[in-house]
Amino acid sequence: MQPRLIFRVQAEPFDLAQEVKALAAIGDDVGAVASFTGYCRSEGGRLAALELEHYPGMAEEEIGRVVQDAVTRWPLSGLTVIHRFGMMRPGDGIVLVVTASSHRTAAFEAAEFLMDYLKTRAPFWKKEHRADGSIGEWVEAKDFDDKAAERWQTLG
Amino acid sequence: MTEIKLIYFAWVRERIGLAEERVDVPHSVATVAELASWLQGRGEEYAYAFENPAIVRAAIDRKHVKPDATIAGAREIAFFPPMTGG
Repeated sequence: MQPRLIFRVQAEPFDLAQEVKALAAIGDDVGAVASFTGYCRSEGGRLAALELEHYPGMAEEEIGRVVQDAVTRWPLSGLTVIHRFGMMRPGDGIVLVVTASSHRTAAFEAAEFLMDYLKTRAPFWKKEHRADGSIGEWVEAKDFDDKAAERWQTLG
Repeated sequence: MTEIKLIYFAWVRERIGLAEERVDVPHSVATVAELASWLQGRGEEYAYAFENPAIVRAAIDRKHVKPDATIAGAREIAFFPPMTGG
């Protein structure tokens, strides 16, 4: 059976419970569903919001390429990736990855792989909006994220 | 000369002051790195955006490319900082 793949780029919030439920219900062979949600944080009260800019068109296509990569590496029954853009307040979900498989290892590993690759390949950029009302800096890419993505090249 | 659509994101966009533009690129400009260096000469906004060309990333027709990628046949070339989504 072909895995059920859903990936979206949207401004609207997502519902974790609803997405997990939908993926768990795709078939009798699903024995494990793993999820990761990335949230906007205030950095100790310093930030009022994070503004996410994206490259329309390429964002969807690049997430699609990462999704295809994941399903060729792990035996997944399905997966859901939702990445938001626009203004995020502390506590808002920015990105959601849900993976379903017969066993937990594939679900866990694929979710981590998807996040590592989304971080370094999906064309999104975060800009800080400070609590004092001023516009802050563009968030800088972390060397850690590149290293996290690179390790799949040797493991894969 | 070849007309190419250029798109800029995040601080590359802010420094140049444009989200996108159509530019006539001379045929002598063959790669992404050469295009970045040619753009640097178009004005101080461009010089600022590409002051450290090694950290600016590029995509041709919505696919990530390396600096040595050829731009022949490209319809849309994007320049942007390292990505910080997720």
